[in-house]
Amino acid sequence: MSARLPKGGRFLNRSQPIEFSFNGKQLQGFEGDTLASALMANGQQLVGRSFKYHRPRGVVASGAEEPNALVNLGTGRRLEPNQRATTTELFEGLEATSQNHWPSLEFDVGAINARLSRFLPAGFYYKMFMWPRAFWKHVYEPFIRQSAGLGKAPNARDADTYEHFNITVDVLVIGGGIAGLEAARVAGSSGAQVLLIEQTAQWGGRANVDATLIDGADEEHWIEATVDALEDMDNVRLRTRVMGAGVYDHGYVLAYERLCDHDPQDGLPRHRLWKIRARQIVTATGAIERPLSFAGNDLPGVLLASAQRDYLINYGVSAGDRTVIVTNNDDAYRTALMLHNLGLEVKAVIDARAEANGPLPVAAREAGIRVETGKAIAKVKGVARVEGVAICAQVGEGAVLDEIACDVVAMSGGWSPVVHLWSHCGGKLVWDDAQAHFRPDPGKAPIGADGHAFVHTTGAASGLLKSDEILQNAHDAGADAAKAAGHKPKRGKAPTAASPDEAPIEPVWMMPQGAGHELRSKMWLDFQNDVKVSDVQLAAQEGFESVEHTKRYTTLGMATDQGKLSNINGLAILSKSLGADIPAVGTTTFRPPYTPISMGAIAGEARGKLFQPLRRTPMHDWHEANGAHWEPVGHWRRPYAFPRGSETVEQAVQREVKNTREAVGLLDASTLGKILVKGPDAGAFLDLLYTNMVSTLPLGRCRYGLMCSENGFLIDDGVIVRLSEDSWLCHTTTGGADRIHGHMEEWLQTEWWDMQVHTANLTEQYAQIAVVGPDARNVLEALGGDIDLDAETLPFMHWTEGRIGDFDARVFRISFSGELSYEVAVPASQGLAFWNALLKAGEVFGVMPYGTEALHIMRAEKGFIMIGDETDGTVIPQDLGLHWAISKKKADFLSKRAQERDHMTDPDRWQLVGLETVDGSVLPDGAYALAEGRNENGQRNTQGRVTSTYHSPTLGRGIAMGLVLHGPERMGEVLKFTNIGGAPIEARIVSPVFYDPEGKKQNV
Amino acid sequence: MLILHCPYCGVDADETELAPGGEAHLKRFGPGSSDAEFEAYLFQRENPKGVHFERWRHANGCGKWFHAARCTTTNEVFGTYSAQVTEPPRDIHDKITGKRPGWLSRWLS
Ligand SMILES: [Zn+2]
Repeated sequence: MSARLPKGGRFLNRSQPIEFSFNGKQLQGFEGDTLASALMANGQQLVGRSFKYHRPRGVVASGAEEPNALVNLGTGRRLEPNQRATTTELFEGLEATSQNHWPSLEFDVGAINARLSRFLPAGFYYKMFMWPRAFWKHVYEPFIRQSAGLGKAPNARDADTYEHFNITVDVLVIGGGIAGLEAARVAGSSGAQVLLIEQTAQWGGRANVDATLIDGADEEHWIEATVDALEDMDNVRLRTRVMGAGVYDHGYVLAYERLCDHDPQDGLPRHRLWKIRARQIVTATGAIERPLSFAGNDLPGVLLASAQRDYLINYGVSAGDRTVIVTNNDDAYRTALMLHNLGLEVKAVIDARAEANGPLPVAAREAGIRVETGKAIAKVKGVARVEGVAICAQVGEGAVLDEIACDVVAMSGGWSPVVHLWSHCGGKLVWDDAQAHFRPDPGKAPIGADGHAFVHTTGAASGLLKSDEILQNAHDAGADAAKAAGHKPKRGKAPTAASPDEAPIEPVWMMPQGAGHELRSKMWLDFQNDVKVSDVQLAAQEGFESVEHTKRYTTLGMATDQGKLSNINGLAILSKSLGADIPAVGTTTFRPPYTPISMGAIAGEARGKLFQPLRRTPMHDWHEANGAHWEPVGHWRRPYAFPRGSETVEQAVQREVKNTREAVGLLDASTLGKILVKGPDAGAFLDLLYTNMVSTLPLGRCRYGLMCSENGFLIDDGVIVRLSEDSWLCHTTTGGADRIHGHMEEWLQTEWWDMQVHTANLTEQYAQIAVVGPDARNVLEALGGDIDLDAETLPFMHWTEGRIGDFDARVFRISFSGELSYEVAVPASQGLAFWNALLKAGEVFGVMPYGTEALHIMRAEKGFIMIGDETDGTVIPQDLGLHWAISKKKADFLSKRAQERDHMTDPDRWQLVGLETVDGSVLPDGAYALAEGRNENGQRNTQGRVTSTYHSPTLGRGIAMGLVLHGPERMGEVLKFTNIGGAPIEARIVSPVFYDPEGKKQNV
Repeated sequence: MLILHCPYCGVDADETELAPGGEAHLKRFGPGSSDAEFEAYLFQRENPKGVHFERWRHANGCGKWFHAARCTTTNEVFGTYSAQVTEPPRDIHDKITGKRPGWLSRWLS
């Protein structure tokens, strides 16, 4: 059983016990523990269940690569699933629960899946769930939903805060082992701005575990001195608990800082996302030990040989009492020697190689440890945990030679450099035959804007596994990076280290090499997703030759650990099955983040009110104070309606329409785009942008204009105002202001740059209020001023400027409602005062504000189109009966050529009409007009669709606009419209102008 | 996350400040052009693996459009230059040829 040793554990503060709970059980650990080490110290080896077969799972690793020990951490507003116990620092009151089992971790009904494993092969989901089709909805989908996902999703709002942090540095060093420390030290000596980040809470990496003499002294001494030296440099920043998450184009890096995961509290951000721009990046991210593939390698009690050393040295925890070590290299003998030196029992070292005569194996034998070369594990014995191993020859098929009772199997399949960050942005890998791993190819590094490499690797991340080589390489990497960033490093001598020689590793991808199907189907590659050697072989047999396809078919490496332990072993099996070399098969793509980061960190401060900036008109606060029911329009909020008393929103809309038509209404139209276009060539330029003629618009006049894309489709509309000889004011839709301003600038700057034109987006400079209704003139006249508002002086589609009351105003006689209407623009700073003045002056006339829905209804009653309702990016003005707004005189304008194409002139294009339901009801929005027959897909043919539909309070019935095949020629015809969940609705084709077709009301 | 130098305001702009605008140096075909010419102008775009000329706008900056010569595989940037030209300037051209000998340009005959 795993247990705490009476002494040792260099991270521990044994005088500081910490209480925590696991599945409700109260346990005790020490300050400095991880959740994994504390669980093991308490003899809790079973920590979870695997995803597919619900197999019992124990801790297998000691760091970020852990696939098994995932827990639900915290409760309520601080619940988070899938937290790695190996990287979760223990804190007082920590609450963890295990995942993926029911009813309990010890007894799990889902484990039946394991017995059915024969029926759940690779690609099971793809094969099983295809047919019959009806099963999908009622059987398969509920089953998959039930079994999907490991942990529980929190259902309460996150209690914590998160933040983003931007920084620019010359040299970023990722990884705080001896390589990272040395690289940062040398780079720092140049005066360059250096940032050194380390994902764990400690400096020094694994050097402390595998004791090395550096410069003749204990490594601990050198690490401490180097950290001190770095802290003394003003140009160097050091941060622990910061993980290099991703490397992106041109030296952009995301790093993930866990500020108080180890000490949850209010008042501090929980996570901080670092957005780093680095001229040069040195990744010193180390290496990860690989498991070996033998039958039963997934049982609790089987773990990585290096992890066992980490738990012994860092946490004073032994994984068990009697260990068998299984290896294909010399490094694993360090575990044997360490166990032996601590007085723990090593039953045997099973070495797959024919001989093992390096200094470490020799030392092991001298210590009296049984070493079996040329041997393999035929299978691990035990059901819920390791009880022993059966030994066989590596070259055979698994005939058992001997059995050894033990409770720990420590495995080592060699080391794989952590190449993720190098690979994120295009760094290529090379297969190193001697060390049997992929390592970065320094000749094919990620390239920066200047064409030179901007990422360098060093240390074990480069494939160097001996301390003296690592330190020399890191020294050079730090100097090179500083130099490449434009600084002069002080080159001294690299520290020296003493490491024993190691005999070469022998690649062993399967144990024993002739294992039959029975054994292969018990050899786990991906512990979390339950992908076994037999699954990858089956995928290869079934024709999945690409490693990317095999990954998705088998789900190898698709779990939360992203295959940190399984990738290389899996592709070795695949390449063997395909009869290809490992480098020819290649790796799957490494994608950020290196380990999962919280959604909170990605969002940062952008939540709640800060999620998105809100644009407010000068009258926004008045609207809010007067009960506006808001509607988001772009980044604005516009009042949809102003319900009064117990009114529903719907009732308010109907009242607002009625009041505007019968008395007078006020609309806050400030959000409409207002773009000033000025210059000697402004008229010629606008003639190119609008479909109609703009340059001939007389001074003092307004004109409705259409804009189309070069591809012919309508993109915006609005009223154009001739302000002066050389300047026009172009109104755009609310949502279109920035886009249309950008559109103008694009054509000005990139096509017609010889034109002398200046544009300015003045949208927010003015408050604009539409005073609408039969009493509109009376209200404005009641305010006084020097503007003559009568019909003769200021006729429809004219404008003027002067003073209304005390306000500087521009008055446009334009109408989007069909009523007598003045749109009045005043400087934004006077907007609220003017609004209040209008309300006061209008009181005797029964003035009421109205919102966007009343606006929409009134424009629909008049048959005016709305960009985004009648248009959807596929509609041209000709579809909407707007031929009159397309110039025939102009030689050129955007969309002219496009609209000449035969598809655009096709008489079968659906055309705008009005629609009236036979029974007076309101047509469903987006409903389709049914036609006879069905198309080749068996779908009902259609002959039109509804683009706008409302209840008209003016007419007391439903009205709609729509596009219908040959519509304008079919007046009076009754069509059937789709009605989801009900019988089709009949509607008659009518003119789209429902109200005041002669336009008398607006022209008084 | 590219960084491109805005030739107008002089800022080394982060990609978050920039809006992409597709292939540079398109010749506009308007009224009077053939269907084939208009189709090519409107829809047919180069998508090279290697050197490419692109339009960018310093949208969240000075607002100006400019051109960039960039390698689509390595993200090496050979230079940025004015949007008011119909082909890459000589110095950009020479710089690319210097770094990528044998590079074929459709603007060199
Ligand atoms: Zn700029």
